[in-house]
Amino acid sequence: MDMLVSMLDATFRVATPLVLAGLAGLFSERAGVVDIGLEGKMLAAAFAGGAVAFIAADPWLGLLAAMLTALGLSMVHAFACVTHNGNQMVSGMAINIVAAGITPTLASAWFHEGGRTPILPTEGRFRPIDLPLAETLQDVPILGRLYSDVISGHTAPVYLTALIVPLVAYILYKTRFGLRLRAVGDNPHAVDTAGVSVARTRYLALACNGVLCGMAGGYLSIAQSSGFLQDMTAGKGYLALAALIFGKWKPWPTLFACLLFAFTDALQVRLQGVPLPIIGEVSVQFIQAVPYILTVLLLAGFVGKAVAPKAIGLPYVKSR
Amino acid sequence: MLNRLMFRASNERDVTVTRMKSVAFAAGMIASLMGATALAQDFTPAIVFDMGGKFDKSFNEAAYAGAERFKKETGIAYREFEITNENQREQALNNLARRGVSVIVSVGFAQQSAVEKVAPQYPNVKFVIIDSVVNAPNAQSIIFKEEEGSFLVGALAALASKTGKVGFIGGMDIPLIRAFGCGYAQGAKYINPKADYIANMTGTTPTAWRDPAKGSELAISQFDRGVDVVFAAAGGTGIGVMQAAKDKGKLAVGVDSNQNHVQPGTVLTSMLKRVDNAVYNTFSDAKKGTWKPGTISLGLKENGVDWALDDNNRKLVTADMEKKIKEIRAEIVAGKIKVIDYRANNNTCPIS
Repeated sequence: MDMLVSMLDATFRVATPLVLAGLAGLFSERAGVVDIGLEGKMLAAAFAGGAVAFIAADPWLGLLAAMLTALGLSMVHAFACVTHNGNQMVSGMAINIVAAGITPTLASAWFHEGGRTPILPTEGRFRPIDLPLAETLQDVPILGRLYSDVISGHTAPVYLTALIVPLVAYILYKTRFGLRLRAVGDNPHAVDTAGVSVARTRYLALACNGVLCGMAGGYLSIAQSSGFLQDMTAGKGYLALAALIFGKWKPWPTLFACLLFAFTDALQVRLQGVPLPIIGEVSVQFIQAVPYILTVLLLAGFVGKAVAPKAIGLPYVKSR
Repeated sequence: MLNRLMFRASNERDVTVTRMKSVAFAAGMIASLMGATALAQDFTPAIVFDMGGKFDKSFNEAAYAGAERFKKETGIAYREFEITNENQREQALNNLARRGVSVIVSVGFAQQSAVEKVAPQYPNVKFVIIDSVVNAPNAQSIIFKEEEGSFLVGALAALASKTGKVGFIGGMDIPLIRAFGCGYAQGAKYINPKADYIANMTGTTPTAWRDPAKGSELAISQFDRGVDVVFAAAGGTGIGVMQAAKDKGKLAVGVDSNQNHVQPGTVLTSMLKRVDNAVYNTFSDAKKGTWKPGTISLGLKENGVDWALDDNNRKLVTADMEKKIKEIRAEIVAGKIKVIDYRANNNTCPIS
């Protein structure tokens, strides 16, 4: 029970940046723009967040800076891919490379700490929030325990993310903007014929993408750890992209894919060095491969065919 | 008008004179440089910092401190290079060697292959690699007995632990890091034979050195299992470990340089690798002419590794604890306690 509680607790912490980045990718890809630059945008956002949160000693300002930074990079992506019909892969990759290079350089130049930002003071970080009644309900069997130890005690961005998922689902499926966004990703010509600007819709989608991606990056440096470190995203952007495909470009399944990745990660951490029944102790390398093996198995066996938005990766040109 | 003309003429002559002077100066420079390479009388040490840069508050910065100390004491300037991407390692060594420096210190095991490749091409240049071994007639390898320092901090961890469970978080899963964990476990068991030792590795690729989020998750998972002192030998990942320890009210142990200041009051101690001493000594030896190729292994006895006690952790270490650790230290130095090196022991640890 203790182990399960601690694992579920970790799942939410680890899943948060994946969910945010996954949803960011969802906005962009459902609008027909491939976003391989999630990793770079997260990294740049993590740097901006860490730097501003340190200077201002305020996590919210840091998060804002993170969101603005990722938004800026998303706009660069939009400018290259939507306005100028550039190759979306190339633009995304360029963002990744630029972010990976410029963040430690700026960090070194500004803070002189070897490519990282200074460790945040306590007031510069998001602190765990104890939800009301967490203490009193702790003794209620199972449910009380789940509430006080798993659901309560996370940082503000985790709860924000929990609100953002239904919001994204609502925007995507119940609003006019959502309809247009999905249409732009599947059949931009039809949208254009209906008198809606494809470019404008894609720009808006990428703006949402930037904001969410910035939150993901900011969470890494301001909430989950304290400060930016070179390459600290460690592939989370790509993992989020995988979760997005795993989740068939839909918000709820993407959330579950992220939770699954996070859960297997938490499991992996707790299985290391623990002798298992029958087989005994398993080598670290194998345990660390578990999340990926599980992903492959699930993708092959249960998820079925993931169909991408039809116009994904194609720049929209009115007539040829 | 005439005045102006005259002024211009004189001005031009001045320029010519300066130019001639600078040519002569350059020629002199070249001559002296050539002399330096030919006779090797001028002693120029050099140091190549690895990724992270010389102000990384850790390994490289310690090396920098050693080089600076040498410069301050002898007045001899040194050349330096900061690697910013992996392809520069060989280039940097080549450039320095070609310019005729006397001794080049390469900081960090990641530079091993570059040193292996470049050293044979410049038999007159002395190469030094820190934290790894290169076999060449003109190469010196400085390695540390991490297991001895880790033994001390492990003993201190067991003394400070209330639950009797101590944790270890390694960066990339390589024998070097396992040696840290193994020494730590031996130290903990020496104090408390019933102590539980829980170890985690962050990963199997170099990103494992730079994943503070994972470090903090690993630490929290260990805390949930009852660990209350955790030793992080994981580079930047350790920052996350120390943060998690602070958040959860547990203790962490730093590594490489003195990290007690990172989270004052919750870092129990740091396992020091005195890279500064190593750099200083090898520069001095090279200057005095007592420099020798081969492998030098620095332990507690040679002041190559140690534990850190300063204002930041003073309150965490009681007088009794300090006394006990000093006793153990003396016994290791005297050879009464034998700390087993994971690497020398066929990559196995007597304690699991």
